[in-house]
Amino acid sequence: MDFLNAIILLLNYIFVPALTYGSQLALGAIFVTLIYGILRFANFATGDMMSFGTMVAILFTWYFQSIGVSLGILPTALLAIPFAILFMIIYMLFIDKFVFKYYRTNKSPPVQLAMVSIGVMFVTQAVVRIIIGPADQRFFDGQKFIIKAGEFKEMTGLNEGLAIKSTQVITILVTIILVSVLFWFLNKTKTGKSMKAYSDNEDLALLSGIDPKRIVMITWIIAGILATIGGVLYGLDKSFKPFTYFNNMLPIFAAAIVGGIGNPFGAFLGGYVIAFSEIFLTYAYKKFFMYILPDSMEPETLVQLLSTDYKFAVSFSILVIVLLYRPSGIFKGKVL
Amino acid sequence: MMVLIILVGIFQSWNIALSIFNMCLISAVMTMGANIQWGYAGLINFGIMGYTALGGLAAVLISVDPVQEAWRAGGFDILMCLWLIIVMILVIRFILKNFAKSKLRNYGIASIIIAGIILIRVTAEPGIEAIESVNPAKTGFLGGFGLPIIFSWIVGAFFAGGLAFIVGKVALGLRADYLAIATLLISEIVIAIIKHEDWLTRGVKNVIGLKRPAPYEVDLQTTDWFINLVEKFNSGKLALISNLADRQAALNQLVIEGSSVFVKLCYSGLFLVIVIILLIITQKALYSPWGRMMRAIRDNEEAANAMGKNVVKQHLLIFILGSAIVGIAGAMLVTQDGLFTPGSYRPMRYTFLIWVMVIVGGSGNNFGAILGGFAVWFLWIEAAPIALFLINLFTAGMSDTNALKVHLIESVPYFRYLMMGLGLLLIMRYRPKGILPEKIEIK
Repeated sequence: MDFLNAIILLLNYIFVPALTYGSQLALGAIFVTLIYGILRFANFATGDMMSFGTMVAILFTWYFQSIGVSLGILPTALLAIPFAILFMIIYMLFIDKFVFKYYRTNKSPPVQLAMVSIGVMFVTQAVVRIIIGPADQRFFDGQKFIIKAGEFKEMTGLNEGLAIKSTQVITILVTIILVSVLFWFLNKTKTGKSMKAYSDNEDLALLSGIDPKRIVMITWIIAGILATIGGVLYGLDKSFKPFTYFNNMLPIFAAAIVGGIGNPFGAFLGGYVIAFSEIFLTYAYKKFFMYILPDSMEPETLVQLLSTDYKFAVSFSILVIVLLYRPSGIFKGKVL
Repeated sequence: MMVLIILVGIFQSWNIALSIFNMCLISAVMTMGANIQWGYAGLINFGIMGYTALGGLAAVLISVDPVQEAWRAGGFDILMCLWLIIVMILVIRFILKNFAKSKLRNYGIASIIIAGIILIRVTAEPGIEAIESVNPAKTGFLGGFGLPIIFSWIVGAFFAGGLAFIVGKVALGLRADYLAIATLLISEIVIAIIKHEDWLTRGVKNVIGLKRPAPYEVDLQTTDWFINLVEKFNSGKLALISNLADRQAALNQLVIEGSSVFVKLCYSGLFLVIVIILLIITQKALYSPWGRMMRAIRDNEEAANAMGKNVVKQHLLIFILGSAIVGIAGAMLVTQDGLFTPGSYRPMRYTFLIWVMVIVGGSGNNFGAILGGFAVWFLWIEAAPIALFLINLFTAGMSDTNALKVHLIESVPYFRYLMMGLGLLLIMRYRPKGILPEKIEIK
């Protein structure tokens, strides 16, 4: 019984949150890695592009709520996502046409493109803050919990409750569907394969008749889908605040690099590596040990490896270690 | 640029003009540091925030009086920890030197580090708790050395340089964009430590009321020579007021205003000295054989390597030098503000804005760096009034209660990001070398 309690405790406080957070990071990391693999620059505007997509989704959610459309127990935001994606893609293609294209055709070094993306970051941040303001926005509606802690306790008769929020389930499900469709697209379709070829060797790809304009456009479209969905899922689960989204850029970068930048599957797993290690290392295991150890050996301290203040620092340290020993990432930067 | 600042002085107030000027000087120092790394050597450092914060930390550690009680409570534990850390580093160095590279060695080092961290935590915890419980509302930390705060500018440079040494050893081998991300993340770690190690820095509780190198306004207002000075300056204005009591009141008002202007002028003088010294040194360095070598390394690493230049060593050196200058700027910033707020160090303000300054001003040109620092900081501060003016101009036809107009006016502060971003994009597109481009062209 105690053992079961301990397991439920870990599930509730570590596994489920980490899986959710990891999925959100993974979507962002695939976004970063795609841009890096095909357009060949580190996109510092990642977090802000996600916040732009989320902002549009929130505006649509409000609109739907005002005209009384809802999805019942599901959050209305899910209905708003397709519209938000549309706006996001238009915004990204617009930026690409007026900003990035010039440097791409001039074959500027990646560093210059990264600098330009900082300019885009400033502008996007300004646009988001001017339109929706810097404050916290909660746009979640519908049923909050799938299993409540209390109900779970009654059902199973255990001491520990397991609470599963509907946003967590939605996040994980949507991620699984989206990522499998994406990998199917990249590995099985002709367009996906030509993207791979383009990322492997640009000149050879051009020789074999791949149209770079089309590749770039499709990349931005996929990026737009990933950024919007990733952003909305994060916003649904926690809340939307432009500054947090900007900060999320850092663990997302960490995830992409840990997984081997340019490698979407690596980025996907990298997201979970970062999320799990953040939560594993900063969780206080006192209660866990209280369950599995006999009373006499009960720990006095919190048995916490690092205080939660260092949550971000954990992922960055992992990144630094990976960069030191395996600069191409855990899954070896097999490009795309 | 000076004209613009003087215009602000005339139209808004001298106080604002001088504080903008002081921040411009500090920004110029930061920009010079980043410019040395990027312009001279082509190294990207997105960790400017971390070095600035370390400079600020130096200001706190140098100038605050030591908290005797805290030292008695936990000083011994902390010193033990320092001692442990030194032993750990020595042991690791010893292993690295005397054992051949192998898996066993790697595991050995990893286990030493883990054991060391656990040992340090066990030793430090009671000490830290004791220190933080000493009068937590006011102190709760170890305090500093109680020296004049000016020293901290040098110490800040050493702190930042030390961090740069470690970061450089770790990360300089990476490719440009990896280096950018790595430095950014490492600086976030540094900020996290400064924010949460309360026994050292008071963390988010902030340190306020730091000592000043300049006189205090309150003291000035009661000093005779200063009152006389103000009276002399404004004698014409004062003579117009006939009533004696009124004149006295006017004089008091002028003295209060004058005192804060005077204090700011003191800071301006100090900062100006630093900027000029740095400018002379960096200019000399740029045109010296060493500067030529750095440019050669930047433009073609392999060729420079083939000519027998130690690229790795020079990169590390310039990384340390640039960061040290940023450290000075960090200490200057805290000196000027008189308070240390770890929570305020954010990448937007202390990394990316500085980079905008470098790019806009002109990388590789020290005057460009200073100009960038001035121009961008000026815009950053004055963006809100400018945006407000433009909004009023364009929405003049709408009523004051129009929802769009109200919303726009509410979001005026965020137009500065828009201006910075557009400025950066335009400069990168049409003048990629900056307003004042690098003078020396290698053909």
